[in-house]
Amino acid sequence: MRTFPIGGIHPHDNKEWSKDKAIEVLELPDEAKIAMIQHIGAPSTPVVQKGDKVLTGQLIGQAVGFVSANIHSPISGTVTAVDAYPNGQGQRRMMVVIKREGDEWVDTIDRTPEHKRECTLTPQEIVAKIKDAGIVGLGGAQFPTHVKLSIPDGQKAEVVIINGVECEPYLTSDYRTMLERTEMMLTGVEIVMRAVGVKRAVIGVENNKPDAIAHIREVIKRDNYVGIEVMPLKMRYPQGGEKQLIAAVTGRQVAPPPALPISVGAVVCNVSTAVAIYEAVQKNKPLIERVVTVTGKHLKTTHNYLARFGTPVSRLFELAGIPEGDVKLLNGGPMMGRAVVDITAPLIKGCSGLTVLSGKEAARGKELQCIKCGKCVEACPMGLEPYILSKLAKLQKWDMAEEHNTVDCIECGCCSYTCPSYLPLLDYIRIGKQTVMTNIRARAAANNNKK
Amino acid sequence: MNTLVFTVLTLSVLGVLLAVILYFVAQKFKVEEDPRIDEVEKMLPGANCGGCGFAGCRAMSEALVTRDNISSLFCPVAGGEVMKSIAGYLGKAAAEKSPMVATMRCGGTCEKRPKVNHYDGALSCAVVNTFYVGESACAFGCIGYGDCVHACKFGALHINEETGLVEVDPDKCTACGACVKACPKGLFELRKKWPKNRAIYVACRSKNRGSVVMKACKAGCIGCGKCAKVCPFGAITVDNYLAYIDPEKCKLCRKCVNECPTGAIHIVNMERLALEPKAAPAAPKTETVAEPKTAKTE
Amino acid sequence: MATRLFAAPSPHIHGGETTRRIMLDVILALMPALAVSAYVMGWRVLFITAVAVAGCVVFEYLISRFLLKRGSTIGDLSAIVTGLLLAFNLPVGIPWWIVLIGALIAIGVGKMTFGGLGCNPFNPALTGRIFLLIAYPVQMTDWTTHAPDALSGSTMLAEVKGSTYDAAGNIVLGNMNLTNVNFMDMFSGYMNGSMGEIAALALILGGLYLLWRRVISWHIPVAVLGTMAIFAVCVALSIGGGELCYQLPLFHILAGGALLGAIFMATDYSTSPMTHKGMLIYGVGIGLITMIIRLWGAYPEGMSFAIFIMNAATPLINKYCRPKRFGTGQTAKK
Repeated sequence: MRTFPIGGIHPHDNKEWSKDKAIEVLELPDEAKIAMIQHIGAPSTPVVQKGDKVLTGQLIGQAVGFVSANIHSPISGTVTAVDAYPNGQGQRRMMVVIKREGDEWVDTIDRTPEHKRECTLTPQEIVAKIKDAGIVGLGGAQFPTHVKLSIPDGQKAEVVIINGVECEPYLTSDYRTMLERTEMMLTGVEIVMRAVGVKRAVIGVENNKPDAIAHIREVIKRDNYVGIEVMPLKMRYPQGGEKQLIAAVTGRQVAPPPALPISVGAVVCNVSTAVAIYEAVQKNKPLIERVVTVTGKHLKTTHNYLARFGTPVSRLFELAGIPEGDVKLLNGGPMMGRAVVDITAPLIKGCSGLTVLSGKEAARGKELQCIKCGKCVEACPMGLEPYILSKLAKLQKWDMAEEHNTVDCIECGCCSYTCPSYLPLLDYIRIGKQTVMTNIRARAAANNNKK
Repeated sequence: MNTLVFTVLTLSVLGVLLAVILYFVAQKFKVEEDPRIDEVEKMLPGANCGGCGFAGCRAMSEALVTRDNISSLFCPVAGGEVMKSIAGYLGKAAAEKSPMVATMRCGGTCEKRPKVNHYDGALSCAVVNTFYVGESACAFGCIGYGDCVHACKFGALHINEETGLVEVDPDKCTACGACVKACPKGLFELRKKWPKNRAIYVACRSKNRGSVVMKACKAGCIGCGKCAKVCPFGAITVDNYLAYIDPEKCKLCRKCVNECPTGAIHIVNMERLALEPKAAPAAPKTETVAEPKTAKTE
Repeated sequence: MATRLFAAPSPHIHGGETTRRIMLDVILALMPALAVSAYVMGWRVLFITAVAVAGCVVFEYLISRFLLKRGSTIGDLSAIVTGLLLAFNLPVGIPWWIVLIGALIAIGVGKMTFGGLGCNPFNPALTGRIFLLIAYPVQMTDWTTHAPDALSGSTMLAEVKGSTYDAAGNIVLGNMNLTNVNFMDMFSGYMNGSMGEIAALALILGGLYLLWRRVISWHIPVAVLGTMAIFAVCVALSIGGGELCYQLPLFHILAGGALLGAIFMATDYSTSPMTHKGMLIYGVGIGLITMIIRLWGAYPEGMSFAIFIMNAATPLINKYCRPKRFGTGQTAKK
């Protein structure tokens, strides 16, 4: 069985808490706050004002520039404010607040339940539709999908890789999507193949989800999806990282930044994103909802919800019943998720799950001295030396950190996870990476000015 | 006896030989350098803090000696007097700069600005700033893990355990600016140093609206603009719901202090003005940072 | 109970492996060898071991609390490991006060001077041992006291040292002929030597436990022992071959501190390289130097010195054996 070449860890997957919970449609929120930045790139510009009536699926935030994404209203009602509100990390971001009145949809959206497989659009039309629908990578990175599907001149895609790995512990939203929304996903994959002009797609699924693998294979055979195959992968974190997944599936390694996956002929797309692409292209439905896992060992109940964006995360936590005592609320899984400190924050596009760690699990261990055991070096999937990078960032030796390729870091957290001295390795590496990237950009800008 | 003679002889010959070799090598590889650089370096404080913008005192003295116009060069640690004497030694015009002191502009003590979450990561303000606003609800306030304290080479900063805030010792501060660079929230400013270490400043950097500030912190500037109205010298400007006192225009009249409804304007080593004729004179303060009580004038 | 909301950067979970657990695993892995040693050599083994361990722990506590003025670090159990390894490198008849001096040198000079666990460039237990070997050469090579009755007063390596080769290529030993060596005895621990190095089987068991617990990887032990074996085969071939080709390698691996060194001393985290490639180079270096000292050096045993020398080379190996950067197949610059 295949997997990526170097590093990696084997955390307990903890999927049992929510993996058997079927997707439930969450009630609509009475008030939705929709952030104008839910993607990598430039923030969108709000195109509605206080007092405007909006319909479900109506454009409320216009993308600015190529790397940006449209934002649509997830509910129908009246805009009550366009202002800065705190996100989950307490940072104030521009948001549109909508008070709900009923649930009236924009009439171009096809809300019939029939599955529509036929697609005769040209690649350009498909990409334009995806762009209009504001689709971003739903695996967590939130990179605008239309940018990914616009193959640069002189490069050619050879294979579409669909990320059904879900290597983050606890999360099961992709798993439930693969089981329950299989046809939508597979048609979405066909559309992606058409958009980038390839005949082969591989759905990578880790072997801890054998029923998903079997189910997708069965549907592919039954409905005759040509060129799509499922590849079981050996369970290992961070297999869902784009570069790791490409290496696992094709055996090819994407060169260090700024090289992109397309340089090895791969286009990677998450399973939930594939569903969103299907809905956008075949049903004219913009991205306004997603499957979200709400999970944790000590919750009263765990869920997989189909929830509209803008729903306050407090509502989701409330339904799950947060335990008392020490808790840590995470937007995402425990390896790469961000701690939520303001639960009035809304649900955003990149949130594949909310994980609640409680009691001892919530706190970190006591930091000791580095014993030079080399476990972080062994665990790093990018072939870096985390113990050095962390030290260099702490000492603010940015030039040396750059020499040690700190920008390659994918922030997967394997180093901190394995460290027997509980050193916050990634905390410091992240500062180093950000500073070095700023320095590199400043140098590039200075060079451009010279020319 | 023989042994002794040979030993002494051998060592002497060796010593002379090596001295000759060393002399020629030193001559051969001699670096021509302006001797004034050494002299200027001696006059500089030798802290190598980088406050002047150069890598260290040596680089600064090189610049001072080699550049024709040194008016843009200033050592904040040494101050105006030393710069003047260096300029006099070099026969150039010195930069005129009044003494400065670092000022930490956040008044959100533990009491005024309650913690709403418990931070559990690496103890560094920069790390906190990479992913969220900090333990309080204010996105602009002091994080309190002391990146500035570590950056200060003169021991002028410390964290007051009671308030959770960083305090500046004006006598130790040399205004090198290391803290200004270290603070991820940009709380430090090098401000004019008045005699007797007096100071007045707005202890808040929050650009949020008043209602938002009030929720997060009881000591923040809400941008009401009362201080700007009362200031007779036009030293106070309010921008983005945040007041700023220009130290160059301020005459320390302290009228604004009594106007501020949240006590965000701090005065140091000065008494508050008596409120209105009726009010008794304020009791003398012993703390270095006076915490004015909330004066509600409306 | 009030709800406390925690916040920290990712990752939010930990693998659960701790320094203390790793040290505990090493201690456990050393126990079988200690038991065999005590069985063969008597109760004094336990006494000397206890003195060494207690010495190391107390010295570390005193130094970290009163000299370095910081919290005590004995909780990570590394001082116990150092004490055990130091004791394992001493002959059983050594006076107890020499053991204490060894502990002081091991912890004081070998470890705490450099900043404690993880900062020491040389294996602390070896630092102590080498100091004692140079300062108290007589007591450190006195194998007669408390030795197993049937054996004479020197280690097998020392006996082989003085040997010559006859015309037919057989090793002619002082008192012993290599063809008569009872490998089963060597394997089970019935031979002369330091307290910890005699029980080959028990040491191998400990090594397997550490491998299973993933405390060590196979690279260093295999590189060290493999190099020694290959070297021994080459020597055997050069003097005639025959049965020596398997006797000599087996002899060198089982005799002296080869197993103890390869499995427990050379794999010390802070003094061994980070990458697998580096570990292999380091291990081969140790194997070569050990064999050179054993066959042609002044000392009968060279393991300690070999590890010590390669410890010094570790930073250099780390510098040139960087992990392969993902996507290039190349190591980082410089």
